[in-house]
Amino acid sequence: MFDIIIIGGGPAGLSAAIYASRRALKVLIISKDIGGQAVYASKVENYPGLDFISGFELAEKMRKQAEIFGTEFLSAEIGEIKKEGDIFKVEDKEEKEYQARAIILCFGAEPKKLNIPGETKFKGRGVSYCATCDAPFYKNKIAVVVGGGNSAVDAAVLLAKYAKKVYIVNHKNKFKAEELRTRQLKEFAHLEIILDSDLKEITGEEKVSGVTIKNLVNEEEKEIEADGVFIEIGHIVESDFISSLVKLDERKQIIVDSKNQTNFPGVFAAGDATTVPYKQIVIAAGEGAKAALSAYGYLQKKSIGE
Amino acid sequence: MSEVILNEENFESEVIKSNVPVLVDFWATWCGPCQMMGPIIEELAKEMEGEPIKIAKINIDEGQAVAEKYGVMSIPSFKIFKNGEVVDEFTGAVAKEELVERINKVKNEK
Repeated sequence: MFDIIIIGGGPAGLSAAIYASRRALKVLIISKDIGGQAVYASKVENYPGLDFISGFELAEKMRKQAEIFGTEFLSAEIGEIKKEGDIFKVEDKEEKEYQARAIILCFGAEPKKLNIPGETKFKGRGVSYCATCDAPFYKNKIAVVVGGGNSAVDAAVLLAKYAKKVYIVNHKNKFKAEELRTRQLKEFAHLEIILDSDLKEITGEEKVSGVTIKNLVNEEEKEIEADGVFIEIGHIVESDFISSLVKLDERKQIIVDSKNQTNFPGVFAAGDATTVPYKQIVIAAGEGAKAALSAYGYLQKKSIGE
Repeated sequence: MSEVILNEENFESEVIKSNVPVLVDFWATWCGPCQMMGPIIEELAKEMEGEPIKIAKINIDEGQAVAEKYGVMSIPSFKIFKNGEVVDEFTGAVAKEELVERINKVKNEK
C-alpha cells in the first residue's frame, strides 16, 4: 500500500514524486516511460539553472533525485483506476493491482496523429513522430514535415541538414512558430514551404514512397515523391481511461483548480494532461510540486479525521 | 547476465545463428527515447537471465549495415528474431511490461 501513486513519469510526475517523497510519503510512479515528451528535445535551453542540457539528461536528473528520496518506479501502462472505501485501486494492463490513499495524474500528452491513409501502416517505415531521433536516416533523401508550430519548424530545419529535399506542409497560410525559428526556414534553398495545404495520403509498398498534398484554397491535389513523413502537429491528451473518474474539458484535458485538485477528492493532476495553460517543462515541474503538496495536505487531513 | 552488445561482426553469430529467440534494440546516442529505454533493456536482461531468450542491443552508428539491412528508419526500434527471422517488430518507447509480454509470446510459440 502506497500513500500516493503517481501516473506518469514526465517532469510533472517526477517533480511530484520528489516533493511527496521528501514529505516521507510512500510513493510509486507507474509510467510507460521516464521523461515523457522532454526526452524528445535534443536540447532544453529554458529550464532555469540548467543551460544546454538535453531533455533526456534533465529527465534523468529528476528521476535520480526522486529515487534518492525513496520514490519507487514501475514501468507499465494503466488499465483502470477505481476507489473502494478509502482506497484507490490502480490496475495495470496486466491486471496487477496497486493501492494508494491518493492519486496524482501526470500522464501528459501524446503526439497527435493525422489520421490519414498510410499513417499507421508506415509507422517506423517512413512515418515518424520524432525528428531528433530519425532525421539522420534521411541523408540524401526526401522528407516531408507536417505542421506549423515550433516543433514542425525545428524538424524541417534539422532535416534540411541531412535530406536533399525537405517540404514543410502547413495547414494555415502563416506559421504559428516563433518568428526567430520561422526565419531559419528561408536559409535552405532545398527547403520548400507549402502553405494552406493538408496531407491527404501517405503511399508506398514496403515503406513510404510518396504523399498526396491538397491545396485548401484551390482544392488541387498533387502527388510528390517522399521517403519520410514527419508529423509534428501538436499533442493530444489521451484520458478516456479516466473519464468516468474525473471531469475533462472539451479537449479531454483534466480540469484542475489552482491547487491541482480534480473534482474527485483524493485525485490530483498536473502537467500537460491538465487544463493548465502553457505546456512547458518548467511549468509541468511546478504544477507537479503543487499537486504533491496538495495531496500531502489531503492525506494529513484524512489521518487526523481517522 | 547483462545485455549482449552487438555490432556488424557478431550480429550473425549472436542473432541469426542463436538457438534461442533474441530481442534486438536498435538505438543511437543522439536519440532521447533510445537513451531512456537503455536502463529498461538492462533490467530486462538481468530479470530474464536463465530463460530461453537473449536480450541484445546495437548502436546503429556502429551497425549501420545491419540497421539498413533490416530497414530501420525510426528509433528506438525493437525486433525479435527467432531462427534467424524477424517474428515481431515495433518502434518507439514502450513500457517494460509490454516488452515482457511480446517476448513471452515469442518464447511460448512452438
